[in-house]
Amino acid sequence: MASFIERIRGGLAKENPVFVQAIGLCPTLAVTTSAVNGLGMGVAATAVLMGSNVVISMLRRFIPNQIRIPAFIVVIAGFVTIIQFLVSAYAPVLDKSLGIFIPLIVVNCIILARAEAFAFKNGVIPSLFDGIGMGLGFTVALMILGSIREIIGAGTLFGFHVLPGYVQPALVMILAPGGFLTMGLIMGFLNYRRDLARRRRPGGTDLIDADSDADRLEKQTACAGCQICSVLRTEDDGR
Amino acid sequence: MSLIAIFLGAVFVHNIILSQFLGCCPFLGVSSRLETAKGMGMAVIFVVFMASLITWLLYHFVLVPMGLQYLYTLSFILVIASLVQLVEMALKKLNPALYKSLGIFLPLITTNCAVLGVAVINMNKGYGLISSMVNAVGASVGFLLALILMAGLRERIDASDTMPRCMRGLPIALVTASLMAVAFMGFAGLI
Repeated sequence: MASFIERIRGGLAKENPVFVQAIGLCPTLAVTTSAVNGLGMGVAATAVLMGSNVVISMLRRFIPNQIRIPAFIVVIAGFVTIIQFLVSAYAPVLDKSLGIFIPLIVVNCIILARAEAFAFKNGVIPSLFDGIGMGLGFTVALMILGSIREIIGAGTLFGFHVLPGYVQPALVMILAPGGFLTMGLIMGFLNYRRDLARRRRPGGTDLIDADSDADRLEKQTACAGCQICSVLRTEDDGR
Repeated sequence: MSLIAIFLGAVFVHNIILSQFLGCCPFLGVSSRLETAKGMGMAVIFVVFMASLITWLLYHFVLVPMGLQYLYTLSFILVIASLVQLVEMALKKLNPALYKSLGIFLPLITTNCAVLGVAVINMNKGYGLISSMVNAVGASVGFLLALILMAGLRERIDASDTMPRCMRGLPIALVTASLMAVAFMGFAGLI
């Protein structure tokens, strides 16, 4: 049981797909114009992630290694289609505001990356919990971003007014620039916190340590987490 | 005339990265050097054009007649994935020089939401074949434009010594993208 809780905690904090691994940025930035949209997208992606993790983990002995990526994509696309129907039937408002980003869950690197990195190598139950943990981490990140943007950009939170009337909301925050800005500043803040914690640790001030940390930040790119491309490449070289 | 409007709209007003957030991963991942950005942008133009053509034909000649429109997500992504593989193999055989410069970016494009996104936008807006093609080229030229602008900016930003350490790399790239998005909002009155 402890390892399952560990998986969920990993997804929420240590391996948070959005803030730590910086993958799945497109839906993250696009749908977080309000907290409700962030929550809806998070729940939809979590459902797909849980379903695809479980099915891929069940099929892992039958899927040949060479064609695993197309096989993953078929499983994921199947679940995305199911979710698409459920959302448009039971939450038409959400369907309208998420729009094109529901079918685009299929190319969300988080889901493919978890299938490749975890579900294909582990049993059904751990994969389910991995899906729940990663999905929760994604949902929480989207809700944090959505809440910040909604409060500053519209003066509301989950549709309720939270700013006093004389404060003029900055509309730009719920438009495209606000998404990039909020995400950049949050990542900068998290890096700052990490630097600070490292410096406070006894012996953490030595120069080599600080240099390697700066190197890591330089190399941090949006593609770092998913590794699908490198998988495809090595396969290709082997042919 | 309306084709010109679709093209300019796709390049500037509804810029695929800076206003629609499609293709953010390669936008932030491969924009640290100008040369790489050019290669990636060219590869995206080619693949988006091909994918839009194939998915339009697939949707209107296979899915609609058979009443299977709800399978579009599944069939589009499969077609795009196999198309990218095919293009990569063909390029390797036919034009090794071009493969050297574009080939490394092709696998990256399979899971690029810009490709599937443009196909789905064409379908949702009910564009005909010509309009779809114009929209596809416009969207990918917009991608190339944003990517090259970003790479040029990032090359200079990386040369700066005064940048706070916590903002280096991805965070400052996102803030730069935000300012570029503000600039692109100025095009909104164009059409």
